[in-house]
Amino acid sequence: MIRVVLPPHLRTLAHTDREVRLDVDEPVTQRTVLDALERRYPVLRGTIRDHETRERRAFVRFFACEDDLSHESPDAPLPPAVVAGTEPFFVIGAMAGG
Amino acid sequence: MLVGTRKGAFILTSDGTRTDWEVAGPHFGGWEMYHLKGSPALADRIYASQSTGWFGQLIQRSDDGGATWEPVGNEFRYEGVPGTHQWYDGTPHPWEFARVWHLEPSATDPDTLYAGVEDAALFKSDDGGAKWQELPALRSHGSGPFWQPGAGGMCLHTIVIDPRDANRLYVAISAAGVFRSDDGGESWRPINRGLHSEGIPDPDAEVGHCVHRIALHPSRPEVLFMQKHWDVMRSDDAGESWHEISGDLPTDFGFVIDVHAHEPDTIYVVPIKSDSEHYPPEGKLRVYRSRTGGDEWEPLTNGLPQSNCYVNVLRDAMAVDSLDPCGVYFGTTGGQVYASPDGGDTWAPIVRDLPAVLSVEVQTLP
Repeated sequence: MIRVVLPPHLRTLAHTDREVRLDVDEPVTQRTVLDALERRYPVLRGTIRDHETRERRAFVRFFACEDDLSHESPDAPLPPAVVAGTEPFFVIGAMAGG
Repeated sequence: MLVGTRKGAFILTSDGTRTDWEVAGPHFGGWEMYHLKGSPALADRIYASQSTGWFGQLIQRSDDGGATWEPVGNEFRYEGVPGTHQWYDGTPHPWEFARVWHLEPSATDPDTLYAGVEDAALFKSDDGGAKWQELPALRSHGSGPFWQPGAGGMCLHTIVIDPRDANRLYVAISAAGVFRSDDGGESWRPINRGLHSEGIPDPDAEVGHCVHRIALHPSRPEVLFMQKHWDVMRSDDAGESWHEISGDLPTDFGFVIDVHAHEPDTIYVVPIKSDSEHYPPEGKLRVYRSRTGGDEWEPLTNGLPQSNCYVNVLRDAMAVDSLDPCGVYFGTTGGQVYASPDGGDTWAPIVRDLPAVLSVEVQTLP
């Protein structure tokens, strides 16, 4: 079970709590987690990644285990603690946005 | 009244006296609400453009007059290879979608509407906003590579559907000008003859003009009024040619222009000091009204601040209702929404402290 923490605006859009839990098949990567998130909550399509390129929007960041994963490959494995469900994967609105 | 602001949307409601108002909102608090507009064909159907720099664009639809909302389609994909337009410095720059500035529902079909977007393009939906299709002939008719951004971005901000012929469409783009289609958006041509702009290499060029807003009266749709970056203009031939009607205005810079609901020659503007000083001249917030279709203007000040007022009134932030006498409304970047229930003779603020107002639309309900 993968834990994903969403920023407030996206919680409102998706009608969720702060944290959502997703079943994600191996390999657990940014891409597979976000694909699962968008399947569960179609309203989030286009809000985290560009519809067409699937690239992270400029003012969205990805953190986990106190590291900034925003510039990691979307196909790189996420940290073992995220895969194990002991640590969440954070979707963050950049400090500069808004 | 549907009010879009920098940090949410508000719905202001009154009876026919238009003296006491109920304020509901914010809807979508924290999001930029560039525009909300109701369907003329179905009063409770409202469309809203919702965006932030963080999370991009959403379109919301309400079927109960704004009480509840449903997110619909938010994929705005340019047709084909988007190509380039001019950047601020004149170099080529690829088309990139930023946001929806304006939504224009069909007069007859509640599921059909147009969206004007930044970077400038026109999209259409025939299914209530679920799916969006670009009308690509506008960008590809030939002048697109010469369009350039205005200070607010390169936005398609005005869409006017001819009330007598839904296949005749007008759009306005900053900074490109006005374009007309007579076949429902299948083909387009620029209609900017008579416009003169000193900020472009050829002041009389076919495109490149920073048109801020156009408006028409439904009983006389071949007559168009325009607030350009500088200059208030009029066309009597559906945009084939334009002439200046700034007349005795204290400044002819501004953003809004609108037409009285029952008097096709009565028009309203809010003069702004200059292209860099985006506030009223002399710190006096004055709506100017012409009852002669332009050239002769009178200041309307009763109830508006006449000292130390330095707000702006943005291009989509004025509207009229269809009651008699005609109500006129506008919102400011200072968060005030002013209403006049008597065609502009007297004004009063409905609210004073909203976030900066981006757009104002009015629905006159039975």
